[in-house]
Amino acid sequence: MTANQSIAVEFKQVMKSFGTKCVLNDVSFQIGQGQALCLLGRSGTGKSVTLKLIMALMRPDSGEVCVDQDNVVGMGEQRLSLVRKKLGYLFQDAALFDSLTLYENLALPLSRLTKKSKDEIDDVIRRVLADVGLGSDGAKYPSALSGGMKKRAGLARALVLEPKILLADEPSSGLDRITASEIDDLLMRRKVEHGTALIIVTHDVHGARRVADRIAVLDKGNLVAFGSVAEVSQSENDVARRLITE
Amino acid sequence: MRWLSRLFEFVGKVGLFSLRILVDWLKPPFEFAQLCRQLAEVGNKSLALVVVSGFALGAVMTLHTRSTLVTFGATAMIPAVQAVSFFVEIGPLVAGLLVAGRVGSGIGAVLANMRASEQIDAIESLSIDSFKFLVVPRVLACVIALPFLTLFMDFAGLLGGFLSEALSSHIAVALYLNRAFDYLQWSNFIAPTLKTAVFGFIIGSVSSYFGYTTDKGAKGVGEAATNSVVVSSLLIIVADVLLIKCIFFLFPDTAI
Repeated sequence: MTANQSIAVEFKQVMKSFGTKCVLNDVSFQIGQGQALCLLGRSGTGKSVTLKLIMALMRPDSGEVCVDQDNVVGMGEQRLSLVRKKLGYLFQDAALFDSLTLYENLALPLSRLTKKSKDEIDDVIRRVLADVGLGSDGAKYPSALSGGMKKRAGLARALVLEPKILLADEPSSGLDRITASEIDDLLMRRKVEHGTALIIVTHDVHGARRVADRIAVLDKGNLVAFGSVAEVSQSENDVARRLITE
Repeated sequence: MRWLSRLFEFVGKVGLFSLRILVDWLKPPFEFAQLCRQLAEVGNKSLALVVVSGFALGAVMTLHTRSTLVTFGATAMIPAVQAVSFFVEIGPLVAGLLVAGRVGSGIGAVLANMRASEQIDAIESLSIDSFKFLVVPRVLACVIALPFLTLFMDFAGLLGGFLSEALSSHIAVALYLNRAFDYLQWSNFIAPTLKTAVFGFIIGSVSSYFGYTTDKGAKGVGEAATNSVVVSSLLIIVADVLLIKCIFFLFPDTAI
């Protein structure tokens, strides 16, 4: 991160447990605006929990989670609402609302969180759907979309409020290599063209190598490696090194 | 003793959940679009089930009461028996149980599925209060729709009873209705119909509780659907006993 680059997300000594199982143990890191961070690690090591802590869908047991300099831990609903407008979240299975069409899925945050008119909302949705290659699918329900289309639709919903920070939970899981690569391209474009900070949870090392400015490796709740792809490749930690090189 | 403490824990949790529903009802923003959607889901889609069931039940009940009343030479009472029993008890209770089966399982399963597939997290991530957006409109829709569905059930039952009786005795519609409503007072009609709003609250809140609070993933969807129907049906029957006592207290003449 350069000196004049503002911090998009920062974890300060974050601890999180579920019962007796510690999923994040004294985790600290930061990522700058316009950077891409890929979180790697074996299943159940707290990667998705990290994203949910950033979105304040969960509270840590201790520590601070700062989004654009604001600590979201214990923040009131009204202020949290303002912080969440800066965040977009692509869920693992897209989490589109089954009962709404794709258009309505995208219109919901726009109508609730902005003062845009109906025409302006139409314009934004048309543009965002075209960006993700679903320009003609607005009238479809999520059940009519394929896995790759759902990911794109989830990405469209995450982007519809023009977030400064995009969180993506396994954006390429369950997709073939070509479709996964297309999703990676969309994320890269977002970073390059809009300066959006990306925090991506993934098992796709190939994609991570392509997209990430920084790699973080979590193992048994500990942040065992953090740095560029080259740095993590030469990490002293065996798990981190194997994850990025094998 | 362990089951007793779990029972109290469950009652406490459902109680607090229901209290939150009542508090959130009164707080803006009011989710009118969601309410309309849920009214269509609960009301429109349950109408055919309620009407057909009421009609069949009315016809069957007349067949049964006729064979008994013939023995006492009191077949003229059939319309009155039919109307009183349907408007006072059968209509409200059976409508409540039918809606608990159809709507309760639906609410439980839908919300549990939304929880399992992270749709509820997605709503929260958009700064939308998921409780107000998903739970409150569903409960309110049940409260509003159930009294109307009960009315449809009552009149469908009366129609079924009339057709059944007309086939046996060729009674005229006017005479049947005259005899049916002769013994019926407004208090027999209004209080039992309105008590189904309480049934609606039970169905909506219990089913939403099971669906909204599940944390068992896909397995939780089936569990939420089953528990919603079983517990809300049971609570409707228990609440019916208490509500009847309340109605008797408020309208003493209906108890005679």
